[in-house]
Amino acid sequence: MVNSLFQHPVLLQATPSRLLSLSPVDLIIIVIYFGLVLGIGFYLKRYAKTSEDFFMAGREMTAWIAGLSFLAANLGSLELMGWAAAAYQYGILATHWYWIGAIPAMLFLGVVMMPFYYICKTHSVPGYLHLRYGESARALSAISFGFMTVLMSGINMYSMALVLKVVLGWDINFSIWVSSLTVAVYVALGGLLSAIFNEVLQFILIWAGALLIPILGLIETGGWDGMVARIQKNLPGGDYTHLWRTMGSFTDNPMGIHWTGIVFGLGWVISFGYWTTDFLVVQRVLSARDLRSAKLAPIIGSAFKMMVPFIVILPGLLALAVLPMKLVGEGEAVATGAHSYNEVLPLMLARYCGPGLLGLGITALIAGFMSGMAGNVSAFATVWTYDIYRPLLKRRQPRDEHLVKVGRWCTILGVLVSIGTAYLVMQFKSIMDYVQALFSFFIAPLFGTVLLGMLFRRITPAGGFWGLLAGTVSSIGMWAWVKVDKGALAYIALSSNAKDMAENMYRGLWSWVVCVVVTVVVSLLTRPKPDKELAGLVYGLTEVPSEGHLPLWKRPIFWAAVVATVFFILNIIFW
Amino acid sequence: MSDRTHFISIWFFIGAMLLTYGVLIFGAGIYELYSPPAQPVVLAKLHAGIWWGALLSLLGALYIHRFRPKHGPSVKPDRR
Repeated sequence: MVNSLFQHPVLLQATPSRLLSLSPVDLIIIVIYFGLVLGIGFYLKRYAKTSEDFFMAGREMTAWIAGLSFLAANLGSLELMGWAAAAYQYGILATHWYWIGAIPAMLFLGVVMMPFYYICKTHSVPGYLHLRYGESARALSAISFGFMTVLMSGINMYSMALVLKVVLGWDINFSIWVSSLTVAVYVALGGLLSAIFNEVLQFILIWAGALLIPILGLIETGGWDGMVARIQKNLPGGDYTHLWRTMGSFTDNPMGIHWTGIVFGLGWVISFGYWTTDFLVVQRVLSARDLRSAKLAPIIGSAFKMMVPFIVILPGLLALAVLPMKLVGEGEAVATGAHSYNEVLPLMLARYCGPGLLGLGITALIAGFMSGMAGNVSAFATVWTYDIYRPLLKRRQPRDEHLVKVGRWCTILGVLVSIGTAYLVMQFKSIMDYVQALFSFFIAPLFGTVLLGMLFRRITPAGGFWGLLAGTVSSIGMWAWVKVDKGALAYIALSSNAKDMAENMYRGLWSWVVCVVVTVVVSLLTRPKPDKELAGLVYGLTEVPSEGHLPLWKRPIFWAAVVATVFFILNIIFW
Repeated sequence: MSDRTHFISIWFFIGAMLLTYGVLIFGAGIYELYSPPAQPVVLAKLHAGIWWGALLSLLGALYIHRFRPKHGPSVKPDRR
């Protein structure tokens, strides 16, 4: 029994086209994982009877659970593998997406924005826009969010299935259907509660499965200094281990980006847009049991986010130091049969992890994918039910059980549309680029609309709607301009040397500026809502409970200051 | 709000998962100790499976003990 359980079996030996082979113990670990997440879904079904339970997890989550699921919903496996690949390609610069591209925004959400979201008791971000600006802004935001969320979910699903095919040789259809139906079952049964519970479990699993790579890698290289020395020996002349030193010019770093793009484009507009207004992540925080927990949840999430580079970026850097082969881009890999950047994490897993540990690592990747997908479908179900379906019913108020039933069907519908998108992408791969670009069109302007609405009572419903629309349209316009005329890059990204990432940063920044300007101008020309209708929605008209009676260490602002201090210190250390 | 008496904490499920995986990985590590593979992984001499499996088992056992379901109705749901 033991022999057959732990040995590498002949039947599961790698074919030339697959990167890793799994032993029976690895497969058992994967099967147990699927059993566990389904079991949690069935167990929690009995606790998801009302719409408040199903869509908002009863608003009873502690700060820790809300905070970890807030982070886990974003920590998909493609994120893990993609940024490990980016670290191999660009070095430590990829860390910007975890630090300046996340931490300030998460702290801002917790300290400044959460009181407004939480006190108005909205079910969603489009729901907040409804209360603040009216039906038009809500409809624009809800339809774009719902549509884009399921499309993105399908693209991620396809990408993950492709990864499993390359890494393990698994059939793409098998990977798509098994993983997505598992997510559909446990989210449809237990709603947001089930999604959140599984996300916390998946978060722990990701760390348990991925943490060994940097530990063993640092042991092999003799610590950080040893790793840096090996990278310099393998790649003389390149600077792969400094965060800011090479950001003075577009041509000094492999990303082709200037520090202004990182600070104002990524660190301000893109990051704040995603972390403070994307309902996929904000929904987790809205499930907190009280305002203090809701404020603490993003702060806890930010502390863990700051540590994620240890299991994502560091393996990519270690690969530069220890892997005997040179990884190449996807196109070259297909042409030459070499390994691509995207395989860096599985290659490092194969380097250090024997039977059992390998299964745990692969399960961590699958868990990452499922937590991201569960986030997408649960957010989609909520927005569809509350912000698209219910307003269509007009005055007829649906029964609570009816909303839960609609939510369950929406979950299944969302997964099926995602599967359909995955197959569509399989046939027409260029769709992937278009949809990812489309998603970015809405994020930056939405941040402008929500932020102005929260901070200034003078902003009017017409200003909010037209600003959001103008920002989105201008973003699409800039994207199309560069598509038809490459020379436009010099105007939009301030340099004709700018790469795709830099273009995205600057496009986000300009569309946010357009949104803010149009919102302000239209607001000055139109009549604002009376103050009594803005109570609980806007700064100055919202009574935020004082935390003065709490000891310092229990106050969210204290922990936000601690995280901010560590954030600055880390940036200085790796400057 | 649904009745949530006897609600099992998420940390209990996490403990069960860590313990199960820890035992399996520890077992695989012990097996490799006595029957080394033809192509060992890098740093195989450290026997990472054994100590990582033991660590996960220990953590899992602690979580199971700390967050095990209590008998008798509880007034508040346990959602730590």
